[in-house]
Amino acid sequence: MKILVVDDEQDVKVLFQQRFRKEIKKGELDFVFAFSGEEAIKTLETIAHEAVLILSDINMPGMSGLQLLEIIKKDYVAPPPVVMMVTAYGDEENFNTAKALGADDFLTKPVDFKLLKEKLIQKK
Amino acid sequence: MNQNLQHILDLINESSKLSEDDKTIVHNALKKADKDLVISEFKLERTNKVKRTTAILLEETIEELEQKQAAIKQTNIALNKSLEDLKSTQAQLVQAEKMASLGELTAGIAHEIQNPLNFVNNFSEVSKELLEEMLEELQNGDTEEVNAIANDVIQNLEKIVHHGQRADGIIKGMLQHSRTNSGEKEATDINVLVDEYLRLAYHGLRSKDKTFNASLDTNYDDSVGKLNIVPQDIGRVILNLITNAFYASNEKKKELEKEPSGLNRFQPTVSITTKKENNHIEIKVSDNGNGIPKDIIAKIFQPFFTTKPTGQGTGLGLSLSYDIITAHKGELNANSTEGQGTEIIISLPIKDQDKWK
Ligand SMILES: Nc1ncnc2c1ncn2[C@@H]1O[C@H](COP(=O)(O)OP(=O)(O)O)[C@@H](O)[C@H]1O
Ligand SMILES: [Mg+2]
Repeated sequence: MKILVVDDEQDVKVLFQQRFRKEIKKGELDFVFAFSGEEAIKTLETIAHEAVLILSDINMPGMSGLQLLEIIKKDYVAPPPVVMMVTAYGDEENFNTAKALGADDFLTKPVDFKLLKEKLIQKK
Repeated sequence: MNQNLQHILDLINESSKLSEDDKTIVHNALKKADKDLVISEFKLERTNKVKRTTAILLEETIEELEQKQAAIKQTNIALNKSLEDLKSTQAQLVQAEKMASLGELTAGIAHEIQNPLNFVNNFSEVSKELLEEMLEELQNGDTEEVNAIANDVIQNLEKIVHHGQRADGIIKGMLQHSRTNSGEKEATDINVLVDEYLRLAYHGLRSKDKTFNASLDTNYDDSVGKLNIVPQDIGRVILNLITNAFYASNEKKKELEKEPSGLNRFQPTVSITTKKENNHIEIKVSDNGNGIPKDIIAKIFQPFFTTKPTGQGTGLGLSLSYDIITAHKGELNANSTEGQGTEIIISLPIKDQDKWK
């Protein structure tokens, strides 16, 4: 299963690659990265045949994480990908909107990587 | 007849030394003199009358003038008082506008600082893990792996410094923005300044209005480099132009959403372009909002001119911006096509001293 990480911060890629260094090395987790909602949609099209878990930030310029979530849950008829949203601490409004739009799980910023690791391995 | 003339006439009539003919001549002459005298007296009387009337009129006029003068004095006092009130209100409004834009900034700042801080924490933690792993690999004698890890750690430390400085810059920017006294000119990287305020404005608006969303389109000319400016002042101008642009394009989106035709495919877009010209630098902020009608475009730089609902606009943003740009010997211009969008262009002169930097 591929994990698509969507965040407008470029260094998120380096961080994930290091945080999951061992898992990536052993081939336990397979990450792809997109730096905007638009890019995420394009990436999804190229890997349409694979099972995907999406981990997306909400606050991004252009297409927001919520818009991305809405599109994914609407447009993908085949079992839609599992989507985990990263919300800012205490941001009830975005949390509720994401929930209503069909988000499968949540992480709050700052991301607890131990917890994320558990979740990813369990969902795999 | 005049008494004195009558007396002379009587004397002449009684005289025996004069002939009858001479008496007639003197008689006629006296009659003529009497007539002239009567006319002169009449004229004098008339002149006197005019004089009296004039005097009365003059008196009246003077009185009126005095009254008017008193009124003017009073008006002057009132005007001075109004002017003072106006000046203090204006100062308050300028401060309010500053604080309002600061409010816009703080939410953005909180968001902007969170990300670099997360990176600092994460890259520190991950580096510790990496070093622990490195110790293991050292024991295993796997020098290749040790090298790889060491390089990662170096890269991470660079990232920690980078994100630490990023957070530092944001806080400095905020402190500078809230400072009341005008700052000093310093050599400032225009592209960095523009980008910093763009992000702050964007996240600030985003956190105030969750539905707010816009595409950002940035075109930075690398040759722009540094310019000698007061960074927080130019930053304030950029913040204002960007806030206006976001507002305009977002309003258009809201309008289109109301229409049943489902024209809600509209994507509000704000573009920022920097460009180096021969002897000046251009910073252009454009949006795809509803534009500015021809009949009001001349007014947008006037203080207090706003078309926004109360509480949403002070009408001071562009007027302050204009003052700041003029103080930098630059120009601020607006182009707009109704229904299509607006572009506001800042142009700042490059002085020789800047060119060598
Ligand atoms: N990008 C823009 N698009 C359309 N209208 C604009 C734009 N920028 C400024 N204006 C017009 O100019 C007016 C004055 O702007 P400003 O001085 O910043 O005050 P405020 O934003 O508080 O109204 C605005 O109310 C608006 O009518
Ligand atoms: Mg404004």
